[in-house]
Amino acid sequence: MIALIDYGAGNLTSVRKGFAAAGADVVTPSSPTDLASVTGIVVPGVGHFASTRALDGPWRQAILDALDRGAFLFGICLGQQWLFEGSDEEPDLAGLGVLRGRCRRLPPTLKVPHVGWNALVMRRPSRLLAGVPPGTQAYFTHSYAADVTDDTVAVTTHAAPFASVVERAQVFGVQFHPEKSGEAGVQMIRNFVAVCSPNA
Amino acid sequence: MLSKRLIACLDVRNGCVVKGIQFEGLRNAGDPAALARRYNVEGIDELVILDVTATLESRQALADTIRAVSRELFIPLAVGGGIRAPEDAEAAIEAGADKVSVNSAALTDPSLITRLAGRYGSQAVVVAIDAKRRDGTFAVFSRSGSTAAGRQAVEWAREAEARGAGEILLTSMDRDGTRAGFDCELTAAVSTAVSIPVIASGGAGTFEHFLDVFTTGRADAALAASVFHYSEHAVSELKAFLAERSIPVRRTA
Repeated sequence: MIALIDYGAGNLTSVRKGFAAAGADVVTPSSPTDLASVTGIVVPGVGHFASTRALDGPWRQAILDALDRGAFLFGICLGQQWLFEGSDEEPDLAGLGVLRGRCRRLPPTLKVPHVGWNALVMRRPSRLLAGVPPGTQAYFTHSYAADVTDDTVAVTTHAAPFASVVERAQVFGVQFHPEKSGEAGVQMIRNFVAVCSPNA
Repeated sequence: MLSKRLIACLDVRNGCVVKGIQFEGLRNAGDPAALARRYNVEGIDELVILDVTATLESRQALADTIRAVSRELFIPLAVGGGIRAPEDAEAAIEAGADKVSVNSAALTDPSLITRLAGRYGSQAVVVAIDAKRRDGTFAVFSRSGSTAAGRQAVEWAREAEARGAGEILLTSMDRDGTRAGFDCELTAAVSTAVSIPVIASGGAGTFEHFLDVFTTGRADAALAASVFHYSEHAVSELKAFLAERSIPVRRTA
């Protein structure tokens, strides 16, 4: 079972449809205790990093507990930013901190927000990107992005390079919207669903 | 590098696409979902569904159309036409739209932009501006172009951005329906005045027109309807044309 966390940061209709297309049913847990039996957790989100304040406290602890017992975690857009230590968009608010690094505003030398289709430059093999052709473009809409680190499996450049796909042990993240990135995006969702499948 | 987006507009009335469509193999040429599938295969980057009547009956059909289109389409979908209140936006977004486009209602009450952005995020709020050349300026019109709004396009675009708009959909009323090319001067004036993306609309007739609006016009995206209906491969042919001329576009297999 995969849980899609609704913490009020944007509409989740498209994300649900993306998982449905990948052949997975997702549940939207009403309480952090509902995460006790899930194999996968999806943290979506659009908008300001301050929205992730709703994940502080019991949700944060329940997600960390789920990781401890082997569940997989997938952050999308703002959800990926939250996986890091924090963001300059709301400097006093800590992220989940399961990945090293911070999120910073994209340089103003090009238009910000970064909206539209841009290429994923893959750095190393990744479970999330299995079957996704090199040079694939994905749909972005954001102003902040995470530093490129050892956990970065794909880099995208908009004025400066940033981490567009991250992967470390059970933790996955994408800065773009896989549910809006055509067949390649659905393939990534399918890959996450497969990773979460107990028989995989 | 960020690609220049090609956006297809489907004008719908009571659940049917109203402009002429000549794709072969479509059982119901007016079926928006069938047309959307077709565009998706062709490699369109985004779709806009525009409810050209925005009557109550049409609004109900619109929600069904959005549901049908978004069920199997995994590219951004914007919906416009008759979005007058937060409830209209909510209905469209709940049905599966990723963005709503507001025009007259935002001119009447600009705080609508901020309220929608606060609720759904700026990325979900497109402000549509209909502009016409008048006395050496670009004047804004509302109510499907019938009423002068007493504003200038550049100033209104700046205000919309400040109020939380995520994109500007800029239509040249002078060029709309003429196939004489986009108004590159208007588009460049607005695009250089704001930091958010500007989608150029109105006047697309040839592939060169798209090249012009992405270069001279400084557009981030271009929207068209009928030009994509000319041939079955208009979208992929246009992308090949642009790519050969060093315009970054998203190529699909």
